[in-house]
Amino acid sequence: MTSPAVQDLWVYLATSPLFWLGLTLAAYLGADAIAAATGRHPLANPVLMAVATVCIVLFATGTSYPTYFSGAQFVHVLLGPATVALAIPIIRNRAAIRRDLRALVGALVVGSATGVASAIGIAVLCGGSEVLVRSVAPKSVTAAIAMGVSREAGGLPELTAVVVIATGITGAVLVTPLMNALRLRDWRARGFAVGLAAHGIGTARALQVHPLAGTFAALAMALNGVMTAFLTPVLLRVMGG
Amino acid sequence: MLRPLLLLIALQFLGEATVRLLAVPVPGPVVGLTALVALCAAWPAVFGFVEDTAEALLKHLSLLFVPAGVGVLQHLGLLAREWWPIAGVLVLSTAITLVATALTFQWLARPAGPDGSEP
Repeated sequence: MTSPAVQDLWVYLATSPLFWLGLTLAAYLGADAIAAATGRHPLANPVLMAVATVCIVLFATGTSYPTYFSGAQFVHVLLGPATVALAIPIIRNRAAIRRDLRALVGALVVGSATGVASAIGIAVLCGGSEVLVRSVAPKSVTAAIAMGVSREAGGLPELTAVVVIATGITGAVLVTPLMNALRLRDWRARGFAVGLAAHGIGTARALQVHPLAGTFAALAMALNGVMTAFLTPVLLRVMGG
Repeated sequence: MLRPLLLLIALQFLGEATVRLLAVPVPGPVVGLTALVALCAAWPAVFGFVEDTAEALLKHLSLLFVPAGVGVLQHLGLLAREWWPIAGVLVLSTAITLVATALTFQWLARPAGPDGSEP
């Protein structure tokens, strides 16, 4: 900040919630354009790039998180209604649910329990603290739901958000080589697995690969969101995380 | 746009009220989600009523994670201290979950067609 006029302008902007809301939207749109330019490669994740951009701006300007959140909260508050909206993929695909009911229910129960229990078990075995274990337990479901689960369980929702996104990227990168190694060719099974284990990022990957995989991934993402919300507190209690 | 949004918000609050009254450690919006599924099953017209607004919210779902993601700034110390269990969970738990889910699905499903499509 060179001249007093610029200094004054900055003080005005930095205290305006609208500035931080605008920065959030601009960072996301910029990151999304980069992701699109890479052909939506899972490693070029728009959320992670947008988060990094905003963090750099906050660091460079010495802005606190509460100041930033005064503007960003207007985006954040929509997470609740968006979570309710996840009912849409379930209702839209009710024909697929009826057709493959047994496989869907079985894979949902086994996959959801495996996702939560293995996260708790591995975190404990690697010497993770209690708050870390509680923050990573719901890592496979969309951040919209995982953050609420983490908060209810005594974890740190902000840490959960970042771990969830990293899980999504990991799942989207691993799914094709892993399924090929298993010689698993059923698009329903492949899609359901990646949607369940890697939520929206996995679903986006499935849609790129095969439409049937995309349908089952979207379904798995929504169903596992509900399943994990109910299962996590139970497994945390049983496994003493 | 506004009426369907109000329905989504109302269902979220119904969920919040339910989990608080029953004292269950489940996020209120998740109960709101199940209530919306039930509503649409009972009255199919509800689906058409909320579909466009719900789609608009879901289309930009990842934008909604940015403010919370930036909040990780407050936990950089924990992230630096516990990167090892975090990395272990990310790689191992995600791989195990993918395999367990896919194998269970394939085991219980009617066999797929030769190109992996719906039988």
